[in-house]
Amino acid sequence: MKIGRRSFLSFVIGGAAGTAISPLPWKLTDDSSIWSQNWPWTPVPPDGEYSQVNSICTLCPGGCGITVRKVDNRAVKIEGMKGHPVNDGGICVMGLSGLQLLYGPTRVKTPLKRVGKRGEGKWEKISWNEAISEVTEKLAEIRAQGEPHTVGSIVNSDRGTVPNLFRRFLTAYGSPNYMTMPSMQDSYNMTMQLMQGVTAQVGFDAENADYILSFGSGIIDGWGSPVRMFKANSAWKVDGKKVVQIEPRLSNTAAKSDEWIPIKPGTEAALALGIANVVIMESLYDKENIDSQFGFDAFKELVLNGYSVEKVSNITGIKSATIVSLAKNFAQASNPLAICGKGQGSTPGSLNEFVAVHALNALVGNINKNGGVWALSDTDYIKWPEFDLDSIAENGMQKERIDGAGSEYPHAKSLLNRLPEVINSGDGFLEAIFVADANPLYSMPDSKAIKEAFDSIPFIVSFSSYMDETASNADLILPNHVYLERYEDVPTPVGLQKNIIGLAKPVVKPQFNTKNVGDSLILIAKALGGSVANAFPWDSYDACLEETLGSKWDLLEENRFWSDSNSKVVTGEFNFYPDAMKSLTNFSPVSIEGSTISFPLVLIPYDSIRLANGYIGNPPFVIKTVEDTVLKGKTACVEINPKSAKEFGLTEGRSAILHTPRGKAKVKIHLYEGIMPGLVALARGLGHTAYDKYLTDKGCNLNELIGMTEDPVSGLDAAWGIRARLTKV
Amino acid sequence: MKEEGKHKKAKKYGMVINLDECTGCGACMVACMAENNVPFREDESNKLDSIAWMRVYKLTNGKSYPDADICYLPRPCMHCEGDHGHSPCVSVCPATATDYSHETGIVSQIYTRCFGCRYCMGACPYHARYFNWWDPVWPEGTTKYLNPNVSPRMRGVVEKCSFCFHRYQLAMDKAYFEGRAELEEDEYQTSCTQACPAGAITFGDLNNPEHKVYQLAKPDNKHGGRPGNPNVFRLLERLGTNPKVYYISSREWVRRAGDNYLDNEDFAKNYRR
Repeated sequence: MKIGRRSFLSFVIGGAAGTAISPLPWKLTDDSSIWSQNWPWTPVPPDGEYSQVNSICTLCPGGCGITVRKVDNRAVKIEGMKGHPVNDGGICVMGLSGLQLLYGPTRVKTPLKRVGKRGEGKWEKISWNEAISEVTEKLAEIRAQGEPHTVGSIVNSDRGTVPNLFRRFLTAYGSPNYMTMPSMQDSYNMTMQLMQGVTAQVGFDAENADYILSFGSGIIDGWGSPVRMFKANSAWKVDGKKVVQIEPRLSNTAAKSDEWIPIKPGTEAALALGIANVVIMESLYDKENIDSQFGFDAFKELVLNGYSVEKVSNITGIKSATIVSLAKNFAQASNPLAICGKGQGSTPGSLNEFVAVHALNALVGNINKNGGVWALSDTDYIKWPEFDLDSIAENGMQKERIDGAGSEYPHAKSLLNRLPEVINSGDGFLEAIFVADANPLYSMPDSKAIKEAFDSIPFIVSFSSYMDETASNADLILPNHVYLERYEDVPTPVGLQKNIIGLAKPVVKPQFNTKNVGDSLILIAKALGGSVANAFPWDSYDACLEETLGSKWDLLEENRFWSDSNSKVVTGEFNFYPDAMKSLTNFSPVSIEGSTISFPLVLIPYDSIRLANGYIGNPPFVIKTVEDTVLKGKTACVEINPKSAKEFGLTEGRSAILHTPRGKAKVKIHLYEGIMPGLVALARGLGHTAYDKYLTDKGCNLNELIGMTEDPVSGLDAAWGIRARLTKV
Repeated sequence: MKEEGKHKKAKKYGMVINLDECTGCGACMVACMAENNVPFREDESNKLDSIAWMRVYKLTNGKSYPDADICYLPRPCMHCEGDHGHSPCVSVCPATATDYSHETGIVSQIYTRCFGCRYCMGACPYHARYFNWWDPVWPEGTTKYLNPNVSPRMRGVVEKCSFCFHRYQLAMDKAYFEGRAELEEDEYQTSCTQACPAGAITFGDLNNPEHKVYQLAKPDNKHGGRPGNPNVFRLLERLGTNPKVYYISSREWVRRAGDNYLDNEDFAKNYRR
């Protein structure tokens, strides 16, 4: 057959048309995409039997119930537990990312002993027996020298069995230096003590309040028990209840409130007293009941003489008319509630502010009332047998605490913030320190000073599950199970007005060679022998916990939570004019470090629910949610009002150096109309130096830039900011 | 079989997000990532290539201090109905890797069919689609938490929000097993809806007047599902994409931010056709 021009063209065109009509090209694109995607390194998650396990999240003191979905023995998803009294199905970013902490690369997989220099990252893997005897030998040596009081411990809070085991251990060993990480709870507890004469946890009946006056509390930024507050906030919206947010920066809480009132930072106490002034002047309070209360005359005198509306307006920068209307709305609401504790409440703040705000609550008569502030006695479920101290322990326990709590500052229980100064100035020393569920080297303000103090402690033992800043600077790590691998009791979440005990339970088997910190402590005590061992009669932590919870155990195993139906409200005589109020006679804002000449701006921290700033580092999912106006690449962004930025020639996205009297850091500029001119705001929770590549070296740690201001009454850290300067690079 | 199919009413799954209640906490984003095996990389601060099926945007009202205001806006895939199912992305896909289901109203994404031309990304007016520029890498040990109901994607394909379609499939399987052909409202909920601590997200069938989404949005289903509630709006309403994600806001500046309006333009006109 001869192929001519015509037949050739017919063949080609016909062939092309035929192919196009046939499914071949489409089949080929489909196949090629399948073939080119069938890579062996793309994981195929194995299927299996589905199950659900309920537990309690302990990543923050919020105490939410969680439901973990499992496929065979793998945990694949954490969800909020339906029907739990705190969160009823809701959950936060951190809680959702828990599995990245469980399976993630930052876990400490086995006991480690430092072999290189401190912080160098050179470790030797040791067995648990070796680890326990390392600690025991050192402790026995210190004890033999009659210096047991030079051993200290730092835990996250002083509630629950694990912190109490630490306290018990130190007492039996002979040291009063049991320290906890500071928070607004310290200030609230002290306020309860000073104004109501009671030892109580503070509870806020937020759900029943109808006018919420928040002095900078980040209601939806992670304050209190975060998910519970989110839910309360939504309920307020539906019911048309009012929220007033007082703070210099338009936070998420301020943006969602009904009224945002910017205030000169550090003057919140003056505003509270100014509001009290209007309430008293206009007789908007229950005279019959309040006038006769203890200290009210003195309080009235203080408020009427020192806090006239005009004066307060000058101090706070808030218009007189606004103060008057605030006071009227507050006093005339049926269930008004005033709260404080800035941001997430991770710093204690000025005691003045707490007593002034609490006086406002008392003035409108909402103490221990529906929609008000409750003084609750913690459910007293930890009743362990008494134990005897030997003479060494007795001598040790008679020594004063290194941080001055209980002596120099009689009202304070623990003043970790004072530890660096005491140690660095040579006024005191510690031979050894235990750190559990806390990361002071990262999350304490003035981290350089605390690092220096730690450097001079010869023996640091970390019980961290993760290679955090404190663990990587330790001499020995005895890794704890993470919360999804262990039993633990969860005391009443922060700020709840009813007592609930939660029970976290193992969702999966321990993934690595770790041990419950309670068990480690029991083993150490037993190895020390004598009266220390006698104080720990339990075979294991789980046995101790089961015994402690007693008759509640079965119910807790079934429901994961136990509501204390007779939550006890403790009442004492209210004192309107405690000692802490006296310093308010002549108002001066809580002073911050730095001169106005070399540091023309003021740096304030801000908290975001998308960034954890406590002892848990942010897992990759959480970091992924951080906006590019907060963190860009490896640089943190600072917020500044465009007006102030113009003054210093700064523009959006520009790199700059942020200087404070404590340090400096490279930052990027983000212009924000929601911040008071003259201020610079930096997010807490960035700038980790430990953990994994998803978190390390991202942005700068606010705590390295900020110092501490000792509150004259509480001794706690009252700093709310620091003076700062921005220079172009 | 035919009889059964006839009586089954088509669903139109959609979402209503209350921006007054949304706190911008980001739980929806992470709930989605955890449910759908979304990968993560060392640096996720370039938001153009940071894969987030659900992304929370921050809106500002453009005013100066102290009148400034912000609002958060979570953005999943809008599952546009377009004109009779002609969603912008579906219309341009040469590989039929994305399709509009008239049975559920969900716009699917079939990873194994996608060959990465990214036409759909160009066509999507909501930036709801993301391209896998890199192979996903899960650090050692973390593949253990991967959800077997959603296949991990690989380099070279586009992915997006599926309204947690696998949850629909699981719920339907369960329903069929129990001899039912219809789902209860709470049987099929997306991961983000379930997680939202503020309760700002509602999910359900926009064709079903019993469902909360219907009652909140009051969709005019004869006219592309235009919202009947004056506080409810959809993003870029005037493009005619007819999204199935509705937003509630009591603030006018937020509602206006949902589309490109001229300063003197009457916002409400869109909704008075």
